[in-house]
Amino acid sequence: MAVDQAAAGVLDGRALRADFPVFERPTASGRPLSYLDSASSSQKPRAVIDAIADAYAHHYANVHRGIYELSTDADARYEGARSALARFIGAPSPREIVFVRNATEALNLVAYSWGRSNVGVGDRILATEMEHHANLVPWQQLAEATGATLDFVRLTDDGRLDPDDLARKLERRPKLVALGQVSNALGTINPVAEIAAAAHAVGAVVVLDAAQSVPHMPVDVGALGIDFLALSGHKMLGPSGIGALWGRRELLDAMPPFLTGGSMISRVTLEATEWNEVPWKFEAGTPAIAEAMGLAAAIEYLERLGMADVRAHERLLFEHAWAALTGMRGVRCLGPADPAQHAGVISFVVDGLHPHDVATILDRHGVAVRAGHHCAQPIMRRYDLPATSRASFYVYSDVDDVERLVDGIQDAQRVFGVA
Amino acid sequence: MDNLYRDFILEHYREPHNRGVLDPHDLHFADSNPTCGDEMSMTIRLDGDRVADVAFDGRGCAISQASASILTDELRGLTLDELRAIDPREVVENLGVPIGPARLKCALLGYKVLQGAVAGAATSWPEEADVLAGASRGGSAP
Repeated sequence: MAVDQAAAGVLDGRALRADFPVFERPTASGRPLSYLDSASSSQKPRAVIDAIADAYAHHYANVHRGIYELSTDADARYEGARSALARFIGAPSPREIVFVRNATEALNLVAYSWGRSNVGVGDRILATEMEHHANLVPWQQLAEATGATLDFVRLTDDGRLDPDDLARKLERRPKLVALGQVSNALGTINPVAEIAAAAHAVGAVVVLDAAQSVPHMPVDVGALGIDFLALSGHKMLGPSGIGALWGRRELLDAMPPFLTGGSMISRVTLEATEWNEVPWKFEAGTPAIAEAMGLAAAIEYLERLGMADVRAHERLLFEHAWAALTGMRGVRCLGPADPAQHAGVISFVVDGLHPHDVATILDRHGVAVRAGHHCAQPIMRRYDLPATSRASFYVYSDVDDVERLVDGIQDAQRVFGVA
Repeated sequence: MDNLYRDFILEHYREPHNRGVLDPHDLHFADSNPTCGDEMSMTIRLDGDRVADVAFDGRGCAISQASASILTDELRGLTLDELRAIDPREVVENLGVPIGPARLKCALLGYKVLQGAVAGAATSWPEEADVLAGASRGGSAP
C-alpha cells in the first residue's frame, strides 16, 4: 500500500526502525512487526543496548565509594546520567533527581516519606478517576494509614477531567493533589500547569505521574509548576529497572528516608544514624548502575530527535489513526477527539468482540496491542467496559502501522461475523 | 488462517450453553481474570452431592465464554469430589484449539470459578507450565 511520507510528520518512523534491532526479528505471522504497545514499555535503540553492554564491559564498579580509577569512572557516568535527566526535564539541579526502579516506586516514595510525615487524620488527598493504579493505590494506602480522606476528580464522557468537579474538590483544601499528565488508558493530556496553579492556591503539594508524558513530549518541571514528578526509564527507550523521582529540593531535604541501609547515611553508630544529603539519602544500597548509563543513552537519543518533534510526530499519527478508527463501523474510541488534548495512545472497543480476541487476531497480523484494563480499572468501570484494546505510538511508529491496525481489526470483524 | 477461532468456539461464544443464574442454588462463586478484569460467576444446584444443574454468567472473550460453556455441559451428575478432580489440562484440551500462555487464563476462568464454588473460596490458578505441557501432550489441534 502506498504511504505518503509527508503525512508521517517531521520524524520518519519507518527509517528510525533501523535503529531498533527488535524490528529485525521475524514475527510468527511472517509479517513485519507493528509494535503498538509503547505505552506499556518501549523498544530499545541499539545505542541504549550498546551503552549497557559498554557499561558492564568497560565502566563497571560500584559507585560512590571507590578510591580507584574504575570506580571513579563508574561514579562519574552514574552521576552524569542524573545530570542528563535533570536537564531533560528542566530540573534546576541534578541533586533533585532521585534514581528509583520506576515511576511506581517514585510515587510510593512520596506516599511513604512525604505522605506519612505531612498527612494526618481529617486531611484530604485528591487524585483523579483516570489514574493508573500506580498513582492510586499508594494514596489509598496513605489515606488508610493516616486517617485521611481520598477524593477523586470525576471524568467527562470524552475522558477529560471535569473542571467543575476539580474546582469543587479543591475547595476542600487537599494537602496533596496527585494526577497523571497523560492517561495511559485514555490518552488524555491533562492541563497540568493550570491544575498545579489552582492546587497551589489552596496550599496543596502537586505530584505528577509523568510516566506517559516525559517519553513523548517536552516536559519542564519549572514551567508546569509542580512539586514532584515520577517517571520510568523503560517507557522512554531506556532499560527497565531504573526510573526517577524529581522533587523540589526543600521538600526532599525535609523528608525522612524511605528505604534505609548503605549509601544513604553520613554517619552510623550502633544507636543512631545521620542521613546522607539528597538525593543519596533516598538511594539505599547499590543502585542500578548500568541501567543509569543506558538511560543516559536513551536521553541522548531522544534529545537528538528533539522532543517537540517526537510530540509532533505522534500527534500526526494520532490524527491519522483517530480518523481511521472512528471511521470504521462498529469501532468506538475513548478519550478526547481534540489532538491537542490527546497523546499517541488510543483505547478502542470493537462491537461484538472482546478486546482480548481483537488483540489475538491483531497478533496474527504482526500487530502488538494491549488488551485489558491497562492497570486503570476505575476508568473501565466509569465507561462501563470490561476492558479495551489499546494502540500506542512512539518514534518508530508510522502510518504503515495504522494501516496494519485497521486491516487487522477488519479481519477480526470478519472472523467474528460482525463486519 | 485462524485455528483459534473455529466455528465451534464462535458458536459457543455467540450462543453459550448453561448461561444465566440459577435461583435458588446451593453453590455460588464469582471470580475474575486479572489480565483483563473479566468477571464470571457460577451457580450450582445440588441433588445430594451431585450436580443437578449449573449455570455461568458474566461477560468475557470468546475463549473464556466457550470454555465455560463446554465445561458446564459436562458437569451434571458429577459428585463434588468429581468436580474437585477435574483436570485443568482436560478443560484446555476440550476446547480443541491451540491455547498459548497469553490466553491460558481465559481458557481456565470457568474452571477456576467452578473450583471456587466447590471450595467456597477462591482457589489459585493452576500452574501454567503443568497445564500447557499437559495440553500439548494431549495433542491439541495442529
